[in-house]
Amino acid sequence: MKPAASIVVFTTLSGAGYGLLFWLALLRPAGLVPGSAWFGVPVLLLALALVTAGLLSSLLHLGRPERAWRALSQWRSSWLSREGVAAVATFPPAILFGLAMLAGREGLAVVFGLLAAGGAAATVWCTGMIYASLAPIREWHLPLVAPGYLVFGAFTGAALLAGGAALAGGGRAALLLAALLAAVALIVKRAIWAAADDAPAPATAASLTGLSRFGTVRPLDPPTTETAYLMREMGFRVARAHAAKLRRIALWGGFVAPALMLGAAALAGGVAAALLAPLAAAVALGGMLVERWLFFAEATHTVAAYYRA
Amino acid sequence: MTSLPERTERKLGLVIDLDTCVGCHACATACKSWNGSGVSGPLSDINPHSAGAEGVWFNRIHSYEAGEGEDSRTVHFPRSCLHCETPACVTVCPTGASYKRAEDGIVLVNHDICIGCQLCAWACPYGAREFDEPEGVMKKCTLCVDRIYNRSMPEAERVPACVSACPTRARHFGDLGDPGSDVSRLVAERGGVALAPELGYAPVNRYLPPRDPKRFEATPPKDPGPLPSQIRNPLLRWVDRILSR
Repeated sequence: MKPAASIVVFTTLSGAGYGLLFWLALLRPAGLVPGSAWFGVPVLLLALALVTAGLLSSLLHLGRPERAWRALSQWRSSWLSREGVAAVATFPPAILFGLAMLAGREGLAVVFGLLAAGGAAATVWCTGMIYASLAPIREWHLPLVAPGYLVFGAFTGAALLAGGAALAGGGRAALLLAALLAAVALIVKRAIWAAADDAPAPATAASLTGLSRFGTVRPLDPPTTETAYLMREMGFRVARAHAAKLRRIALWGGFVAPALMLGAAALAGGVAAALLAPLAAAVALGGMLVERWLFFAEATHTVAAYYRA
Repeated sequence: MTSLPERTERKLGLVIDLDTCVGCHACATACKSWNGSGVSGPLSDINPHSAGAEGVWFNRIHSYEAGEGEDSRTVHFPRSCLHCETPACVTVCPTGASYKRAEDGIVLVNHDICIGCQLCAWACPYGAREFDEPEGVMKKCTLCVDRIYNRSMPEAERVPACVSACPTRARHFGDLGDPGSDVSRLVAERGGVALAPELGYAPVNRYLPPRDPKRFEATPPKDPGPLPSQIRNPLLRWVDRILSR
């Protein structure tokens, strides 16, 4: 599948933003990150900025962005619509969460924070299900893909929160949580790659042409001499050697290096943590962009079988 | 509404005969011609008169080689929307632009509310949906909904443009939900198949497989005997002529 920059950026940024919102709402009442509005409000604004930037980026993928509001209507059947509804529904409690923090109404802050956290988790789950529900795409139609989105969002969000908390001079728990989630995310990503590599093709050229009874089916002449939408969109191929390298980059940059840096920051604390933790969050986001680009680039669609053996 | 109808009154669709299709692309060009100016029009082209020409087509004609060695054959394969009974292209649509009609099962796009997110193209395993970039919306085969019910056309022409154009009559149109219809009987007779049924989309269209080719045994010619000019004896030559009559 063609890795469209708009979607790669959208899923990565909004995943991290929702993750940040989620953990802020959960760790703040537990006293594991600084409880003052001076910490909570800027972190919340960062989360909403990431989410909003991601959502705006996703609009760039639309042929008719001015009609985007229509996407909120089909939540009964469409995961994309559900994602839109969940995203929009998360904004009011998130904003009220911020106002409650500013007003010092701790009880309300907890309630609205938890509502926003629920919305954040639901939105990211819907994002994952958009991809996991597509039967023609071998590497996406897997049980771990949607949980993977949750874990990656939780990890990058926790890394950002840990970075902020370390800058504010605290948050050892957030650092440890982020390091732990990095390890979990690493395990999940490796499992998804293994499952994707082992998954059988959902259909073959022989079954897609109804010619199975004659044996193997090889393309002889394509419909057009020039390229076409379907080939550009579904026929994207990444060189095997490059994919292997990019997987290593995603693995080290996205998971291993941030895990080590976050772990080290948790042990060191103080100024070292304040330097290391934000850097770890930045590295994690960069690695996650590579991971997300690969998620699209490595995905294969049954339509490609019509065009090449 | 992108929820699917529980059942459709009819299942209109195409039956395509891969035995008689010669891969001439007449169906594709007739389709482009009709639909470029019908309810789906325009079907945009990019660089139509220069290198890199491409555009929206509802019908794409592939050619394949199936089988091995002496048993292999060339098969021309027209690919278009199969108007599935459980089309994920409809259910994934976030806007309600995609829908399946309860009365005849035709899968359509309302271009006025489509946002061009292209998720339906991802959800279709058969490549039936194409993005019209200049228009910013998805386009797909309508089964020539603006022909088949068109009372201003002679009844014989109320079939999809591709069916009407096919010079070898390899394309048939009808109600595949009615076991007594001509198309259903054709499918039963010829062992018509659905494409990739394992994906669970329950396509309505059927493809008739190529027939087995006639086998010509390479037998040596029978000995025709000597030519008349080779018979020296006039009497025997006369007998040969009489018996050869």
